[in-house]
Order: sequence, then structure tokens, then C-alpha cells
Amino acid sequence: MLEKMIFGRYIPGNSFVHKLDPRSKLSFVFLFIIGVFLANNTITYAVLLGFTLLVILSSRIRLYFLFNGLKPILFLIIFTLLMHIFFTKEGALLVDWKFIKIYEEGVRQGIFISIRFLVLVLLTSILTLTTSPISITDGMEDLLGPFKRLKLPVHELALMMSISLRFIPTLMDETDKILKAQLARGSDISTGSIKQRIRAVIPLLVPLFVSAFKRAEDLAVAMEVRGYRGGEGRTRYRQLKWHWRDTTIMVLLAALVVVLFLLRA
Amino acid sequence: MKEILSMDNVSYSYDSEDEVAKKAVDGVSFTVQEDEWIAIVGHNGSGKSTLAKLMIGLLFPEEGNVNVFIEKLTEDNIWEIRSQMGFVFQNPDNQFVGSTVQDDVAFALENSGVPFEEMVTRVNDALAQVKMSDFLDQEPHHLSGGQKQRVAIAGALALHPKLLIMDEATSMLDPQGRNEVIHLVEELKRKTGLTVISITHDLEEALLADRIIVMNKGKVLTVGTPEQIFARGNELEEIGLDLPFALRVSSLLRENGMELVGEHMTEEELVNELWTSHFSK
Repeated sequence: MLEKMIFGRYIPGNSFVHKLDPRSKLSFVFLFIIGVFLANNTITYAVLLGFTLLVILSSRIRLYFLFNGLKPILFLIIFTLLMHIFFTKEGALLVDWKFIKIYEEGVRQGIFISIRFLVLVLLTSILTLTTSPISITDGMEDLLGPFKRLKLPVHELALMMSISLRFIPTLMDETDKILKAQLARGSDISTGSIKQRIRAVIPLLVPLFVSAFKRAEDLAVAMEVRGYRGGEGRTRYRQLKWHWRDTTIMVLLAALVVVLFLLRA
Repeated sequence: MKEILSMDNVSYSYDSEDEVAKKAVDGVSFTVQEDEWIAIVGHNGSGKSTLAKLMIGLLFPEEGNVNVFIEKLTEDNIWEIRSQMGFVFQNPDNQFVGSTVQDDVAFALENSGVPFEEMVTRVNDALAQVKMSDFLDQEPHHLSGGQKQRVAIAGALALHPKLLIMDEATSMLDPQGRNEVIHLVEELKRKTGLTVISITHDLEEALLADRIIVMNKGKVLTVGTPEQIFARGNELEEIGLDLPFALRVSSLLRENGMELVGEHMTEEELVNELWTSHFSK
């Protein structure tokens, strides 16, 4: 089941979107999210949808794969659609069957909101699918750079994030090992009532926490010995490079916003 | 010969609330010269890990001085000194800071503010030295323990250190990984003349050293070349160290009345003597 979930997963590739600088991708998505709210009539929503489709195509992520992975969210979108259809009571009456009354405005609103939702989810998924978590971290650190002046610990936050990401697989392995060790001693977490199952998780979590703390301590010592003294005076091995393609997509985004402004009602 | 590191009558005890603090390290003195490979061996609780912490200034001695590169180690020069030595810890996972191999090797360089272009060459060189160049973009969980330790050594080498300290660096590895790491260090030592201090309880590893320092109960029990040290086999076993396999076999053979000439440090030496023993009769 987890294999199908694509939320937060990264799929390595070599497409136009993959090659973009994480900074441009992050700012693009951020500004796009704001831009989405400019749309307010059929033509602007059509433009949005078309634009998103273009982004998906240029990322070379297969549509089938994308929609399959987003199924749980599609349910949510359909649910919002239905809510709007049944509960908005404006405009001309379209269907009047027993107690169900569907109005024109409801259908319109429902479709618009669903498109808005869908476009947002698709774009952010494309971001995480085409950008490795560590690149996202790098991009964030760079974009938030100006906030260092305000004493915001940007470097520390980015380092924390990258270390947590690096330790996820390690801790997963560890969990697996502990689980097997506890199973070998007769612990059972897959049967019984919910209360029993939750109880059975405790002997799994305690050793995991203990070892995580031990790891954290070791890591802190190792970092200190290797000369880590905070962000000051530190150079960076991961360099981000702004290319012509990054400028291109920012220009495209600006064009999109202008078009939306001109076409909106 | 230049002195790299010396301990001058160093003592340290950990704070303990109830009883009188027992000294973890008690009046230890020794000197490490340039180009030497020193093995510090001892049973658990012999004070060898505390010694390692004193060398890199994670702890400061209560009495005596630790001198690194002829300077006395103090809070003020600690960062300067650390940037000139490499340290490899026991747990391969818990010292891997970067999210990929090359990031981890670059970590110490980033910390000392090395410019980007130089970092790239240094990282590549260091990884070539430990034969991990093909793993540049690998993530740590795809590497074996031995490979991770090799990356850790590369991280140390990238600093161009004068001294490499390994604290039980092979104790969590499988036999294959252990061989990988030991032979790598041996090769580096031969090629670059690196000074190595390896802290270990594995006497097979200690065999490769120029000198061995045997620790027991916080004190230096004896110092000498591997031949001198292993000649006192029983004493080593008494303080809880396991003798190398070849040495044990040859002493057992002797006990059972087999005539053997000379000492056998490695399995090869022993095998050579055994298969030619018939001719020398």
C-alpha cells in the first residue's frame, strides 16, 4: 500500500523539471499557489488546468502513475464537489428529483473549487516527485537566507532537516530489527483488540527511542570532533546553480499571472 | 623524528555521585612520533576510550598535559588542532552526517571553510584513496559497514591530517569489513606516511602496529613492539585480551609437545612453519 502512495516520494529522472534549481521550483510553486486564487471564471480555470497539464508533461511523470498515487486525495476532491453541488442554492434549478435539488451555481462552484484543489495537489506533488528531499532542504535554506538577519536559525533548521532525512532509513531498519526481536519473544502486534495492539507497540517504541538518543549523542560528538561550530564561517559543498531554464519558468509564471488577470471576470 | 602527540602524566576520573571517583586514566605518559602506527589495546574499562576522548579534547585531563603537535591541548586551540587530525569512531552509522557519500566527506571541510572548488578536488582525492569513488552519490543505508567506515576515513583524509585516530573503528564490522578497513589503513600508512593511533581490543589488528601500548585499569601496563608484547602472552590473557589465533594455536601445539621454532604472529607464518616442519627435523 505504501508503495502506491506518492505523497512525499522522489522519483529520480532527467526531465526539464528535474533539472530545475530547487529554489526556482519552490518559489514557482509558492507563487503559483497564490496565482491559483486569481482564477474566477471558466476560461481562467481552463488556462490553469492547461498550464498544470503542461507542467506534468514536461516532468515526464506518467499520468497514470500520478493519478493512481493521488487516489486518496481524489476522493477528497470528489467529496468537495458533491458538497458544493448539493448545498449551494443559487442560480437556475437544474435537477429537481424528490428531495434532491441541484442548482446551476452549485455545479459551477463545485467544479471550480475541485479544479483549484486538483491543480494545487498536482503541482505540489510534481515538486516533491521531481526534487530530492535534500535539494528541497538546500533550496529552503537558500531562499530563507535573508531571514538570518532576523536571527532566524535557518542554517540549523536546514541541517536538522537533512539529518532527519538521512536517519529515516536507518531508523526504519532499526524498527524492523526490534520488531523481529520482539516477535521472536512472542510479542504480537497484528492480532487482538485495538487496545492490545497499542499495548504491543510499546516494547517496540521504547528500545527505538533509547537507541535514537544514543545515536543522537554519538552523532553530536562526531560532528563536534569534525569541527562543526554552527553555520558561521562555513562553506557549502552543495552549490545551487541558477540556469536559463529557471529564468524561463519564472517568466512563464509571470506570463500566466498576466493572462489570468486579463481574462478573469 | 618529530613528536606528534604526547601524554604527560595524565589522569582523569568521571564524576560519580556515591563512591570515591575511580580514576579512569591514571598517570598515563607516552609519546607518539611522526609516521608511527601505535595501537592502544586493553580490555573494556581499561581507560582506552577515555584516552581517545582526551586526545581530541572531548575531555580535559585533571592532572597532567596532553600535547598535540607539540602544543598543549586547551579550550582555545582545540578547533585549530582538531582541523589537523582525523577521527574515526566505532559506530559506522552514527558518524555519517551527510546525506550522501560525498556530502559526508565534505562535512569537515565545510566546517573549516574550505572554498568550493578546492573541496571538490579534495573530496574526489580522498574517495579515490579509500577506493570509494564509484559511490559518490550513494546514500548511507545502501552501504555496508566496512564501506561506511571507509567513507569516514575519507572524511578524515580530506582534511589532510597529520594524525589519524581510530577508536574501535573495526569492532562493529563483520570480518570482511574489518579486513577491508585494516588493509586500507595499512596501505595509506605505507603510501602517505600517516601517523596512526588505533584504539582496539582486537590484537590481530594491533599486530600491524609499530608499537603497542597495553592499558589495564587506567594505567599503562607495558609498551613495546608486537613481538615484545606477544612474548608475554599469558599476561595479556590475564587482563582479558584475546591473543591472535596463530599465537594461540602455536602455544597449544607447544603444550602438547610439538617442537616449533620461533614465534608466529600471523597465520601465514604458522602455516609456513607447519608445512615445512618435517624437513627441519
